[in-house]
Amino acid sequence: MNPSRDHYPKGEELQRSLSARYRNASIWQILFLSALVIAILSLAALLYNVVDGAFGYVAFEYKNDPSEFTAKPLDDLNQQELLDILTANLSSGAFKKLDNEKAMEKRSRSDLHTLVLERLIQIDTKQTWSMTDSIFRSSEIKAEVAEKYPDAKLEFRSWLTPVFLTTPMSSKAEFAGVRTAILGSLWMVGIAILFALPIGTGAAIYLQEYASKNLLNRIIQTNINNLAGVPSIVYGMLGLAIFVRALEPLTSGSMFGVTDANGRTILSAGLTMGTLVLPLIIINAQEAIKAVPDSLRQAAFGVGATRWQTVWHHVLPNALPGILTGSILAVSRAIGETAPLIVVGASTFISIDPDGPFSKFTALPIQIYQWTTRAQSEFHAIAASAIIVLLVLLLSLNAAAILLRNRFQKKY
Amino acid sequence: MQNNQPEIAIETKNLFIFYGSFAAVSEVNMKIEKQKITAIIGPSGCGKSTLLRAFNRMNDFVPSSYVTGEILLHGQNLYGKDIDPVEVRRKIGMVFQKPNPFPKSIYENITWGAKINGFKGNMDELVEQSLRGAALWDEVKDKLKKSAYELSGGQQQRLCIARTIAIQPDIILMDEPASALDPISTLRIEELMQELKQNYTIIIVTHNMQQAARVSDYTAMMMLEKDGSRSGTVIEFSETKRIFTNPKDKRTEDYVTGRFG
Repeated sequence: MNPSRDHYPKGEELQRSLSARYRNASIWQILFLSALVIAILSLAALLYNVVDGAFGYVAFEYKNDPSEFTAKPLDDLNQQELLDILTANLSSGAFKKLDNEKAMEKRSRSDLHTLVLERLIQIDTKQTWSMTDSIFRSSEIKAEVAEKYPDAKLEFRSWLTPVFLTTPMSSKAEFAGVRTAILGSLWMVGIAILFALPIGTGAAIYLQEYASKNLLNRIIQTNINNLAGVPSIVYGMLGLAIFVRALEPLTSGSMFGVTDANGRTILSAGLTMGTLVLPLIIINAQEAIKAVPDSLRQAAFGVGATRWQTVWHHVLPNALPGILTGSILAVSRAIGETAPLIVVGASTFISIDPDGPFSKFTALPIQIYQWTTRAQSEFHAIAASAIIVLLVLLLSLNAAAILLRNRFQKKY
Repeated sequence: MQNNQPEIAIETKNLFIFYGSFAAVSEVNMKIEKQKITAIIGPSGCGKSTLLRAFNRMNDFVPSSYVTGEILLHGQNLYGKDIDPVEVRRKIGMVFQKPNPFPKSIYENITWGAKINGFKGNMDELVEQSLRGAALWDEVKDKLKKSAYELSGGQQQRLCIARTIAIQPDIILMDEPASALDPISTLRIEELMQELKQNYTIIIVTHNMQQAARVSDYTAMMMLEKDGSRSGTVIEFSETKRIFTNPKDKRTEDYVTGRFG
């Protein structure tokens, strides 16, 4: 006698209810799949858009014909010949200025080649085309160029070149590079992590292992969670007020005898970014510490360990992979943030590499932002190239952190 | 008269253990004899583990827990003002319900406790002695550098025992040390306990009444108080033989004969 058995469907009815359940399940499955497809498509569209801008035809004219300077084709000249051309044709003031930046005799051939093109021949870009247009409308473009710019040369060009990575900023898009920005970004992220990782991990250890569950600690915990969601521009304001202004003697380096800087240094930017990612690091480190099984702590206490010995020898090593995962997220966030840097005062035009924490600086997102606001289409092309550089830099930093994490995880 | 006055290893006097305002264990008075095995038995939730953990102050980690009354080791109250709980845990070691070796090598599992407690002797010797003491040496002597996680559950539990005897405690607390193990591993642990009692006083919590009857010299029967306060207490404490054959308390009799629990 089972009273409930009669209430369940049988036979025909069972079949119907079953197929309805399967139908329901497959509808949801399709919905989830399409969500994934939409996500992948939008990502692909983004990547396509970036790559599309970074390669393509470019129509340009020489302001001064190369034959005015040399009889041979420019590409065949050696270092000495290029130097002679520069010596003969540059004004002595301009030459001296370049010589001051870096001795002319010590410059490489490609460097000199670039200088000849930039200073003497002077490329004038007339128009650029996207990669898709360049491939599918090639003949139209050629006709258009022949008609509109009879003197112009048309060239399929990759704006993303090794030279682009290794040259500093320039006011002409054709000669501009991202070296200064890459170095600025790396310096900034390095300072941010050096600042935020020890402090964040320390705070997480205190909150997880030492703090009692009283009202004050609960308020602190809630506020850390909220801080992780504060808009980055607010951190920029904070950085401006504290690091750039209030701590100027420290961040400008005047305390250490640096005289030519104000507070708008790479140190201020790094500390601001560090503050920005601090809640992120604390929360992730807390989760990692929480995930260390309590049995391990008890084992350590059970053999007469103090709390600190337990934390240092067992909790921390076992939480380290998780803490590193948190720092990966922090690096990703810091390297892509733009708004706080604008507020803290990143330079939009700077061609000198940062050489220490007290340098003026720029960073990749700033550079990209600045180039995309320019009217000339060639700047949009180098902005697209810089975006690719930023993405690759981000991915390689992440990969490095993941490798590091796996190393620690494999220990046992 | 086989021996004169039995030597007492540890003694509780009017012990109450509180979680906040709730007395999880109340009014325990026990004299635990040296180099004997004392079992604590009783139904689930009657405070056996809580009582056991009071002996080496592991309850200190539970927020809002506190103790009234005394636990005396060599006449010294473990909950006295000038007593350091870290020192208590070195003198009173503990083996837990689930084997919990450190995620380190077998060798380091033994030496870590010694190192942090400032052991000055020969580490290799200590490792060998401790592993021999836990009847594990022959099985692991060729793989001391291997991870402790490569051992079986029973071996891990014996490693935890070796780790405990490496810090040379006076008393070893065991919280259902075999409940996560198969019958053969359980048997080996029980045999090991008989060897260990030559040198150590052992207090063991167990769910398994046969185990208590097999291994222990004394048994403490715990039960929730009748007044409905959900507070556990020791209702009977005497020689194991007597608890299982001729208990004084009716509730003990019901429990050990399987009529309750």
